Amino acid sequence: MEKKFGGSAIFLDRSDINTDEIIPAKYLTEVTKEALTPYILEDLKLEGFDPKGEKLKNATVVVSRENFGCGSSREHAPWVFEVNNVHTVIAESFARIFRQNMFNGGMLAIELPKGDIDQMIALQQQGDVEIGIDLDGQSVTAKAGGEKKQFSFEISPFDRALIDAGGWVEFADARY
Amino acid sequence: MGKTLAVKIFDSHLRDEPFPGTKILDLDRVLCHEITTPVAIADLVWRGKDRVFDQNKLKVVIDHVTPSKDTKTATQAKMLRDWARRHEIPDFFDVGRNGVCHAIFPEKGYIRPGYTVIMGDSHTCTHGAFGAFAAGVGTTDLEVGILKGVCAFREPETIRINLNGTLSEGVYAKDVILHVIATLGVNGATDRVVEFRGAVVDGMSMEARMTLCNMAVEAGGTSGVCMPDMKTVDYLWDFIKGEFADKDAALADYRQWVSDDDAVYASTLDIDVSTLDAQVTFGFKPDCVKSVKEMQGTPVDQIYIGSCTNGRLEDLRQAAELLKGKQIAGSVRGIVSPATPKVFQDALAEGIIQIFMDAGFCVTNPTCGACLGMSNGVLAEGEVAASTTNRNFNGRMGKGGMVHLMSPASAAATAITGVITDAGSL
Ligand code: SF4
Repeated sequence: MEKKFGGSAIFLDRSDINTDEIIPAKYLTEVTKEALTPYILEDLKLEGFDPKGEKLKNATVVVSRENFGCGSSREHAPWVFEVNNVHTVIAESFARIFRQNMFNGGMLAIELPKGDIDQMIALQQQGDVEIGIDLDGQSVTAKAGGEKKQFSFEISPFDRALIDAGGWVEFADARY
Repeated sequence: MGKTLAVKIFDSHLRDEPFPGTKILDLDRVLCHEITTPVAIADLVWRGKDRVFDQNKLKVVIDHVTPSKDTKTATQAKMLRDWARRHEIPDFFDVGRNGVCHAIFPEKGYIRPGYTVIMGDSHTCTHGAFGAFAAGVGTTDLEVGILKGVCAFREPETIRINLNGTLSEGVYAKDVILHVIATLGVNGATDRVVEFRGAVVDGMSMEARMTLCNMAVEAGGTSGVCMPDMKTVDYLWDFIKGEFADKDAALADYRQWVSDDDAVYASTLDIDVSTLDAQVTFGFKPDCVKSVKEMQGTPVDQIYIGSCTNGRLEDLRQAAELLKGKQIAGSVRGIVSPATPKVFQDALAEGIIQIFMDAGFCVTNPTCGACLGMSNGVLAEGEVAASTTNRNFNGRMGKGGMVHLMSPASAAATAITGVITDAGSL
């Protein structure tokens, strides 16, 4: 699946969102990514958040706080984002396995400092937030209403290579 | 400048460094179970690359839902089984011979000091108890591991945790690790290896060390590790005696995998365990920890003793000691899942299974089942479990259910009274 970065954002304003909340274990019996589609974030309890709502349906970027994707190693978590067209996750920090799983699938996990995430979240007051990603320039723009903010991020050359290759299987297969 | 155990393993297994700081390691073990592996297999088949790098380095088990409970889980099991047969993987454990992955693989002698180990399972860190670098990975990493025998990691930094003092009676490795997680926080060890050192670890059995390392990931750690010593050699001896003249020779060899005295650590934490009480989690994160005494009297509906954290013989013994001659409270259900067939048989031979049954426990076959709310003891909405497992996330053991993590001894005491109970108060 062709990856598309950036787009309309949904904010999950809490730390330690775990992979059981992203995709509950009972759906791990599915053996295709597509079958996971309806169950995205089904068990996440967060004020104002509706896993079946329009906001999530339209989102292509998830923005969250610290330690996003902690818990189980299940790659079903990035997959459920992938099949729902969420190919970018921005957070203050990630759990190691989730973060690696994103890049391994050719998707983007961006870490930004708390202050930047605060500003993005505040921007919501102007209306829906649209995220732009410049991979080469390593910068993120967030637009809402007439306001626009820009933040810079870093990804390692390896993670960038995984995105360019389309994922770790492609990269490893060409090289090892 | 000295090196940590993790750095020594990285140096000795380095295949490639495509970019500074990205280490591609050769793998000694790629472990597989039926939840995360079938998707990798399907993808390999779809890519026309249905191959394995070395069938002798793959170890495969069906453990999460077994025997299969419905068509979907039967399909997952079948995909794994067919694949293991197709590639003639000799070490594949199916119904009747299967057990919880992180208990059965060490028990079979597959994990050795200095090894690199991956599995599509976050608690792979358990195997670091043998002085190995063992990391949980996602399905894509697993897929590349299966195909190429390599995995990419960032250069590891290590947090050293010195456990000093003496454990009080009724306080176990589980209580220690819950306390460590509470101290580090759920992401306090992210991208780090957690090295357990000190007199307390030296005095622990391999089982107890596995309990420690098992929960390193609950603090975000990539792998837990303990230093190989004579206990490691003793545990592995049946499997390695052909390789060494005697145990001393094995120990001398394995000591190359001990961190140097002047190794550099990201941080060091000294913990005196002497005043530590039995610990239990509250809330939905594993770093929400109190003493059992503080939680005393909290009602529960189900007791679960088992899992890769605390389903080994030593764990069952500790629970049985308290349960002997007693009945569990009428208000609760007790479930015990010996982690492997060997644990089951040994517990049977020692009379432990009889004690559990006399007390009113349901004894299940070796499986993960209830630990992740998939089978054999799923909670109903609003129910509360006292459990020897490792995750208390909201809904982990069943949607709307709540889990209090604790040691087997605390779980047994809680079973007897029906409310969270410090074993010392019985
Ligand atoms: S016992 Fe629980 S934590 Fe351990 S491998 Fe099985 S499901 Fe995972």
